Order: sequence, then C-alpha cells, then structure tokens
Amino acid sequence: MTDVRVAGVGLTPFGSHSERTGRDLFGEAALRAFEDAAVDRADVEELNYGNFMGALAEHQGHQAPLMAEAAGVRCPATRYESACASAGVAVREAVRTVAAGDADVVLAGGMERMTNLPTDEVTEGLAIAADDLFEVRAGVTFPGAYALMANAYFDAYGGSREDLAHIASKNHENALPNEYAQYRREVSVAEAMDAPPVAEPLHLYDACPITDGASALVLVSEEYAAEHDLDASVAVTGTGQGTDRMALGDREHLARTPAADDAADAAYADAGVEAADVDVAEVHDCFTIAEVLALESLGLFEPGEGISAAREGLTTADGDLPVNLSGGLKAKGHPVGATGGSQIAELTRLLRGDHPNSEHVPEAEVGVAHNAGGTVASAVVHVLEVAG
Amino acid sequence: MSDDGADAADEADETDAAPPTDRHYAEWLDALADGDGFALVCPEGHGSLPPRRVCPECGAADLSREPLDETGTVATYSVVHVPSPRFADDAPYATAVADFGPTRLTGIVRDGGADDEAPEVEIGDTIAVDVGERATDGERLVVFRPAGGR
Ligand SMILES: [Zn+2]
Repeated sequence: MTDVRVAGVGLTPFGSHSERTGRDLFGEAALRAFEDAAVDRADVEELNYGNFMGALAEHQGHQAPLMAEAAGVRCPATRYESACASAGVAVREAVRTVAAGDADVVLAGGMERMTNLPTDEVTEGLAIAADDLFEVRAGVTFPGAYALMANAYFDAYGGSREDLAHIASKNHENALPNEYAQYRREVSVAEAMDAPPVAEPLHLYDACPITDGASALVLVSEEYAAEHDLDASVAVTGTGQGTDRMALGDREHLARTPAADDAADAAYADAGVEAADVDVAEVHDCFTIAEVLALESLGLFEPGEGISAAREGLTTADGDLPVNLSGGLKAKGHPVGATGGSQIAELTRLLRGDHPNSEHVPEAEVGVAHNAGGTVASAVVHVLEVAG
Repeated sequence: MSDDGADAADEADETDAAPPTDRHYAEWLDALADGDGFALVCPEGHGSLPPRRVCPECGAADLSREPLDETGTVATYSVVHVPSPRFADDAPYATAVADFGPTRLTGIVRDGGADDEAPEVEIGDTIAVDVGERATDGERLVVFRPAGGR
C-alpha cells in the first residue's frame, strides 16, 4: 500500500454553461488540474470519470473515451455512475488503484450538464435516482424525498425550518469569496424562510441550484511525487463507501443515513483517524437537511444534534468545525456527476492554504469529504490529510 | 415459494395490458385495487415489494405473499409544490411513506372526495391504501385515503 497524493486539482466555474458541451467543460477542468499538478499527461494510466445524466442532457452515452480525448490522455477510461455520488465513486476507485500500486498516476473527476434542460426535465432526470416503481410513480421528486427525510427528522429529534435556514445562510456566506461558486450572494435567514416552498418543509433556499460544471483531480503515488519532486502536500489517506436500500421507505430509519455511517467508518479506519480528529469538512448538502444527516453520519455530531450546529455557530467559518467552506452544493452549485471530485478539490485547496477560505482553518490537518447518491442509498467518504 | 415472487407473474397472461417492463408492478397494483394488497415476506419476517427472487434483507428465497394491514400509519410526508412533468397537473400533492405491517408503502394522500388538492397530513395519521389515477395523464398510482384517527 502506498500513500495517495493529490498532485493537482481543476474545476470549471460552477453555474450556467448551457451552450458549452460536456467535453469542453471536462477538458477545461482537466487542463487546470494538469497545470496545477505539473504532471506530464502522458504518465496518466487511467481515467475515472463520473457522470449521471449525460444520456438525457446531451444525448451522449459512452462518455469516457470522449473525456479522455478532451483531457488529452490516452489510457483506459471508464465512466462511473452512482447518481450524485458518481464522481465520489470515480475518485474512490482511483484512490484504490493508486494505493494498490496498480498505477502511479490516475486522472479522476466528473462532469454534468443540466441547465440546457428545462427545469421540469431536470426534476424528472434527478427523480430517476429514486426507485422508479415504488417512489417515482408515487410522486417522489428529489426535493420531495429529502423533504420526507426532513419531516421524519423533525418528528424524531425536533428542529425547525429556521434551523435549516441557518445552514443555507452559512453556506451562501462561505461561497462569497469562492471564484468557482455559482451563487456568490448572501442569503439571510429571513430571506430563506420567506422563499416559496418546493416540497414542504423544504423551500427554495433549502435546495441546491441546477448547475453545469466539471471537476478533475490528478492523483499520484507517494513515490511518483517524490521522483518528480512534486508539490503534493495533501494525501488521501482514507476511503470508504456504503450502500443502503434504494427506496427511502425500505430503510430502517427515515431520518438517518446508514450508508454514510458505513462509508465514514470505513474511511476513518482506512486513515487511522477518528471523527474527533476532523478539522474541516465538505459534505453533500444537496438540501439543507442533507448537511444535518451528513454531519451525524460522519460522527461529527450525535443524532439529533446536527440540526442546530449552524444556528449555534459551530459549523460556520469561524466555528470550531467549519463545514462547507466552499459554499457547499447549496451555494457553490451541484453539477451532480462532478460534485464528488469538486469537494476533494476544495478540501485540498483548504488544506494546502490556497483556498480563499483557508484563513478560517490555518491549522487544519485532517479534512473529510462526504458525497451521497440519491437519498443516500449510495455514500462515499474520503479523508484527506496534510502530509507535508 | 418463489412461485409467489417473480415467477408467478412470468406465467401471467401475455396479453396483459401492462407493458412488459413493469408487469410485476402492474400485477401488484391490480391486487391493491382489488383490496388484496400484499407484501412478499421471508421466514424471518422481512417484508418487501415485488419483483423479488430473494429477500433483500437476508437472501432467503422462500418468499410468501402476506396481506398488508387493513390500515397504515403515516411515517413521514411532504407536500410537493414543484412536480416532475408527469405530475404537472397533480401538484400540489402530499406524498407520504406509511407503515403497513410487513412493509412500508409510498403514495399520494388524497381525501375521499376531491382529488385536486393536497389534504392536511400528519405523521401518525391512520390511512387506507387504494389505487388512483394521476391527474396529469391518467397513469395509475398508489393513493392513501384518510381512515380516521391520528
Ligand atoms: Zn429476510
């Protein structure tokens, strides 16, 4: 087993690129990642690419070879699909490949185009991450599924829409200095409370936007980094994945996400760290309630306590445990197949000290990234550490 | 009795109106509409919905059809205001997940009368299950009706 280093990260700005092709978006992210990494692209031995709805959005299947062309690499290329965790699983397989010594350099990331579709078609496209027979046909939308979880959470543990509004407000504030974020605009708690409902109890500012974007990471072995004198100070030291029953109704608990519990346990064990060691987190806040569920699955808060963390200032930029300093999916945006890679790109920059919000975590040594698919029927967790 | 799982429906009338991609679901809906709603239950008592070859919890292959409870209890719900295109004319509507004994079901809560507005729903409400039609396109779907008490 070798240490896996993040040699370089690349993102497109997240937002509306409705007249740009997916290949152009991923090509841009990969170009930035190679510039950041100073790695020869001829050394890339595999491309792991995440994408969820490219067949719907671009009428383009079989995207991996296309993305290898766009990135200028010639190597085995595979598309990974796990709904909103597509890039997370792509990165995880890259980490495992390098850690196992099967490759020294792997390019991983993802891309999603969404804004070229009308909103109702995006709603339909995202809904198919749920069980078609027993959920989608019963009217469950993507926001609707998280709304079901939110009401179950309120019933089990308490909490209110206002607690969720604090999460939205926090993440919007974090996005202000992030040049890659879709919404660099403050949203007050009152503004979030007054927004129209999407699926009660979730309202407009509880939901992530519809986003185009791409992410790319150049992951290398510790030996390769040393041989090539790379500046790769951040290591991916732990990876874990979990799977749960597809339909929310089939889960043991409607207000918890055991797949993420399993992913976190595995990632912490892999890294040899505990939840208490975590200094900074990027979690999958596709909806505000999702941030709560993530924090509890990661063991950063006890069940029932994550709901008030933002309101109490524990997870704000100046809190003890800043969460989603990138702006999160909520304000930075959620191009679903790119998100898992972008979280690791943001966390890497935060730990390296070259993120506009690094000033809030100057001493951070351990970061955790949590990426979820569907209503967390899939979850991937990575631990990143400053390796010096 | 795997015959009661996926195999039984394989032997169903080929002229069945339901498209072949979801015939097991169509057959299950037919049973629900007839008041014979069922779950597939393994010897350990784990309930699931068809089509199943094995119990998703324990892998047991001998699944039997067990009737759903007469009424269910709302475990959680949401009033959806932004629908997918297939529910455009149904919104706003209340989706709920309800406990029905061997399994949970997900459906849309409707009052006995008007089907065009979302009724008040709360966790713990007692509801009955029925089959209704989507206002948007007439497609069948699982419908919950208030059955008194909460
Ligand atoms: Zn079983």
